[in-house]
Amino acid sequence: MGSATKYTRGHATFNIVSKAILAGFATACLLPFILMIIGSFTDNTTVLLNGYSLFPEKWSIAAYELIFKYPKQVVDAYKVTIFVTAVGTAIALTITTISGYALSRPTFRSRNKIALYLYFPSLFGGGLIPWYIMMTQVLRLSDSIWALIIPSLVSTYNIFLVRNFIRTSVPLELFESAKIDGAGELRTFGQIILPLITPVTATVGLFIALGYWNDWFLSNLFITTPSKYSLQYYLYNMLNSSKALQELKAISGGDISIDIDLPSETAKLAMAVVATGPIIMLYPFVQRYFVKGLVIGSVKG
Amino acid sequence: MANTPAAQGKNTLERRKKMSDFRYDLKHNKTLLFMVFPSILYLFVLSYLPMVGIYYAFTNYNYQGGLFGSPFVGFANFKFLFASGTAWKLTFNTVFYNVIFIFGGTALRIAIAIMLSEIIGNVFRKVTQTIIFLPHFVSMVLVGVFAYNLMNYETGLINNIITSLGGERFDFYGTPWIWRLIIPAVEFWKSTGYGTIIYLAAILGISEEIYEAAIIDGVTFMQKIRYITLPSLKPTFTILLLMSLGGIIRGQFDLFYQLIGNNGLLFGTTDIIDTYVYRVLRVSPNIGMGSAVGLYQSVIGALMVLGSNYLIKKLEPENALF
Repeated sequence: MGSATKYTRGHATFNIVSKAILAGFATACLLPFILMIIGSFTDNTTVLLNGYSLFPEKWSIAAYELIFKYPKQVVDAYKVTIFVTAVGTAIALTITTISGYALSRPTFRSRNKIALYLYFPSLFGGGLIPWYIMMTQVLRLSDSIWALIIPSLVSTYNIFLVRNFIRTSVPLELFESAKIDGAGELRTFGQIILPLITPVTATVGLFIALGYWNDWFLSNLFITTPSKYSLQYYLYNMLNSSKALQELKAISGGDISIDIDLPSETAKLAMAVVATGPIIMLYPFVQRYFVKGLVIGSVKG
Repeated sequence: MANTPAAQGKNTLERRKKMSDFRYDLKHNKTLLFMVFPSILYLFVLSYLPMVGIYYAFTNYNYQGGLFGSPFVGFANFKFLFASGTAWKLTFNTVFYNVIFIFGGTALRIAIAIMLSEIIGNVFRKVTQTIIFLPHFVSMVLVGVFAYNLMNYETGLINNIITSLGGERFDFYGTPWIWRLIIPAVEFWKSTGYGTIIYLAAILGISEEIYEAAIIDGVTFMQKIRYITLPSLKPTFTILLLMSLGGIIRGQFDLFYQLIGNNGLLFGTTDIIDTYVYRVLRVSPNIGMGSAVGLYQSVIGALMVLGSNYLIKKLEPENALF
């Protein structure tokens, strides 16, 4: 497809139309992000008077100053999310790779039965409510930071990804020679296989880490102490408290003056920027692993 | 036939082998069993044990009585849900949105994958791909923020533009029907870039020779797309379609909850099974009723997966789940 190739007229037309459509779609994908960043640097009164705009009359960094004036809550939320993401990903990735390894071994006779056992809950289950009661009444995980980690530790889909990757990309002779050399399963896994499957561990690790980083639901279900809120839930909470206050204000017909207590409109956007920043910064570097993961996942083992 | 000695021998051998799989592993593959044990234990505690809770669906659950002390009511919860119309409404909304997500989403993904693979210029392709992939990475909370920023009545950008053009403000959060359009639009916004990748990979997998031969035969560009590219995507399309049909009764809780939240005004057009179950758990506790809806969803969901797997087995056996 070098530039020297002569394109047919059909292709040339297609090229122009496609580029126009793709540019339009890409703009739509990017616009909310730009609006968020511009909004967070807009003067709050300008927003209240004129609404959000891509070209605000007055700029301001007051929103960021407000957030970082009393940074304790934001810092706490950051700490929680970093801890949950790091510890959760480490444990989940360990469980996932060792399980995937064991299930990939042809000498392991129960492997298919165990695979079915692991798969069945994705087909049928008790649903949210019995699970919630298990977490809170039996395991007593209410308001514990482990309630943010435990629910995402085991994913059958990820285990199967690892299993399929080992099956299709690691030659069986490698296992045999390891056995001849007297290496046990744990050593074979740790010293021979693990270094060979980094593409799939990187991908699965990032899937898991992104899930932990973006989670708000588990905080919502289990956490009651504000200092244990995850970052996304902290953002969610900030939005909703201000939304609720606005509704209250609308109902009261403006009788109640609560403007002073409202988290300012632009502070919400500044908080959104603070909560999403790391993802957007890291995104260009990790993007290719996600692409790889989808392609690996589509190969049936 | 089964009485010939050879067949009998084979039978007992097979039976013994089957019976002793686990014992064999216990003897020879202790380490492997140990390695997979955490996953087994985990799912036992957090997936298999809670299945006992299916019983809630048949009780009038109260916290004093607990699981086995609450009054047993048989199918009363289910009868109520269907007689009151709740179950039908929830099922309709869940399936309605999923059908749009599946068919609209797939068409968009294929179209964009073809465009991306055929446009001239690598830089344009790379930049576009990177941008349309971005929404996949952000949390649904942020999506809710975006939606609110664009559409809220007083300060939203859209209303801002409407008024500056001399129009009347539009009350998005008070107009149920418009969400039948907005929710799919948001879903497409978030997942199209990511979903495109798999089709892009399939297009890259088409052999260059086929295209070259076609060009020598004098096919036009659009004929090439119509008769080579699209048919080559059929296996991928079929598999993904059937797999998503398996999930047609499972809703995307995050998406709906972050856009609508507890705004009861919009429930008529936006309440899906998953949001209903959540509300029953958190907002107005009714464990028995919520479990009943959950069980109904789980049973239909399992049947859908089994059905779609059956079809996959018929059409593309190597892609069947089991």
